[in-house]
Amino acid sequence: MTTAPPQETDSTSSDGIRALPLRTAGYYLLLLGLVVFYLLPMETGFMTSIKTAVGVRESLPFLLPGTDLSFQIPFVEFDVDTMLEQTTDEKWRDAYDTLSRGMVNSMLFTIPSTILCAIFGSMAAYGLTLVKWRGQVFVLALFIAGIFIPYQAVIIPLTELYGFIDLQYRLGAIWALPFLSEERHPTILELIITHTAYGIPICTVLFRAQYQTMSWEMIEAARLDGAGLWRIYRRIVLPLSIPMFSVVFIFQFTQIWNEFLFSVTLIRSSVDEAASVTLILGQLGQAIEGTDFPLRMAGAFVAAAPTIVVYILFTDKFAEGVRV
Amino acid sequence: MLELIAAVRSDGTTGDTGDDEDERSGRSRWERLRQSDFVRSAPFWGPPFLLMGFFVYAAIGWNFLLSLTDYERFQGPDYSNLDFGMYRRMLDDPTFWEATQNTLILLIVFTVACLVAGLLLAILLDREVRFGRGFRTIYLLPMSLSFIVTAQFWKWMYNSQFGIINEFFGLFGLGPYGWLSNPDLVLFSVIFALVWQFSGYTMIVYLAALRAIPQDQYEAARVDGASTLKLYWRVIIPQLKPAMVSASVVLLLFSLKAFDFLFALFDGYQPRKGADILSTMMVREAFARSQWAYSSAIAIVLFLLSLAVIAPYLYQQHRQGNL
Repeated sequence: MTTAPPQETDSTSSDGIRALPLRTAGYYLLLLGLVVFYLLPMETGFMTSIKTAVGVRESLPFLLPGTDLSFQIPFVEFDVDTMLEQTTDEKWRDAYDTLSRGMVNSMLFTIPSTILCAIFGSMAAYGLTLVKWRGQVFVLALFIAGIFIPYQAVIIPLTELYGFIDLQYRLGAIWALPFLSEERHPTILELIITHTAYGIPICTVLFRAQYQTMSWEMIEAARLDGAGLWRIYRRIVLPLSIPMFSVVFIFQFTQIWNEFLFSVTLIRSSVDEAASVTLILGQLGQAIEGTDFPLRMAGAFVAAAPTIVVYILFTDKFAEGVRV
Repeated sequence: MLELIAAVRSDGTTGDTGDDEDERSGRSRWERLRQSDFVRSAPFWGPPFLLMGFFVYAAIGWNFLLSLTDYERFQGPDYSNLDFGMYRRMLDDPTFWEATQNTLILLIVFTVACLVAGLLLAILLDREVRFGRGFRTIYLLPMSLSFIVTAQFWKWMYNSQFGIINEFFGLFGLGPYGWLSNPDLVLFSVIFALVWQFSGYTMIVYLAALRAIPQDQYEAARVDGASTLKLYWRVIIPQLKPAMVSASVVLLLFSLKAFDFLFALFDGYQPRKGADILSTMMVREAFARSQWAYSSAIAIVLFLLSLAVIAPYLYQQHRQGNL
């Protein structure tokens, strides 16, 4: 469960790579080829997002505006004037204007549900790992299976349930408070509850993986000293879980931000006040004449920006979350 | 569930009186300790369990009940008249069979392709590499993106007029191909894009397993004069089996619920002909056509298919003592 330290240092092992420069070159060429493969869709998207309509028509999708491939060194033809003429930041502005509302909404439900799932997950993992009782395996199996259940199997009851409870009506007085709106926040609350409930299983399993490796002696000693379960949790287990909390925060934040099925079924429409960022992106720049691709590409980057930043800053934590 | 309810009852009657009393008979004290641990740990796992249990398992039960009704449009479900009519309708629906077939193709091809691609990436990076960390970060990057985001990129890559893929084939005088409109190609275009997104995940799973293999096994094989290919095939890959199993479970279950990507790629509930799978069909029947009972029945099929993957996995994990 622990991330192996990255191995970047040169070594003297008899790996054979260093001995054969040609093989080494081929090896790195392969790795770079894979970099191109993984980044090409994104690079193409970025290049397209800064082009005018003419630019899109007149240059290859993955090249800068106003450039073209040629068969003479340096294999690229370009002309600065055309390049500037065919470059625009209009699509990014448009995308940001349309999506910023969704970014706020997504933040409003992503952050609370991330925190709640982490707390619930840590508590459940503690109750199921560090305290032993009969029938535990069965409860645990239900938690694990809960990670993998296709949400399609719960989505209709979920919409029925929220239609039946009607948070907007039932919590009527709350929505009159300052900063809250009746059109927007009941749906946000539904999404917080939903994402928390469905995030609990994975968080439980992540925390449990760590708690299983914790030292029993310390906890047994604390118990013999008469410390209660709450005290052990607060004083010993929680402080030791801080690294796992960061893994869970990063992983769950990404998952909930990226989620779409609950958005499309609980919010329904991208014009809704509570529309999430993924929901608005899905309908961005769509017209009868076809899709406005530069706008879509710019929107894709705007919508992905928070997760890309989190990912690049905390790759190892994200990888640890993904691996379970 | 029954076992659990029984446990709650027996604990409810004995109550939580602490572990220091009743020390006369060792056995009953032990019983009591065990039971009181159950009770005392309940405040920790109980609330999350109830919340999750309600939203997952009670909802599935409710969904099953809905699938037995004739609920459609806005008339509200009628629970007094339950039958398996919707399941019969499903068996007679050619769309259902087409979607099932596509689901199975996606399931198998996608899972195998990800397992193979991830293994190759992991083997490539499982040695001292300059910037190894950078390569790993880039290969895993697509996994951090929303399917709605990656679908936009691939929609543009596959565009029949300006897309890079057709430009590339054009260099050889081939195409243009309708990657997303040709019924024979579209499912494989979807799978290719999904493998692009998921191969980083399998790579990470394998890398963790590879790093756990002691270095001396590599050296012993080298001393024996085994070639690299033989070393991996005979010694290393067999040890990756647990990683392969857990990655397969995640991939198989993902392909059962894949919906976001197809929705975004085709801008709506109806994928192009040839790419409709059970999960997209289920959501479409419900939220585009208001066939609530019918889509609940499809959802139950999806649930049973995922159970067929999860149950053996959990059983195996339990037998190995990993739970």
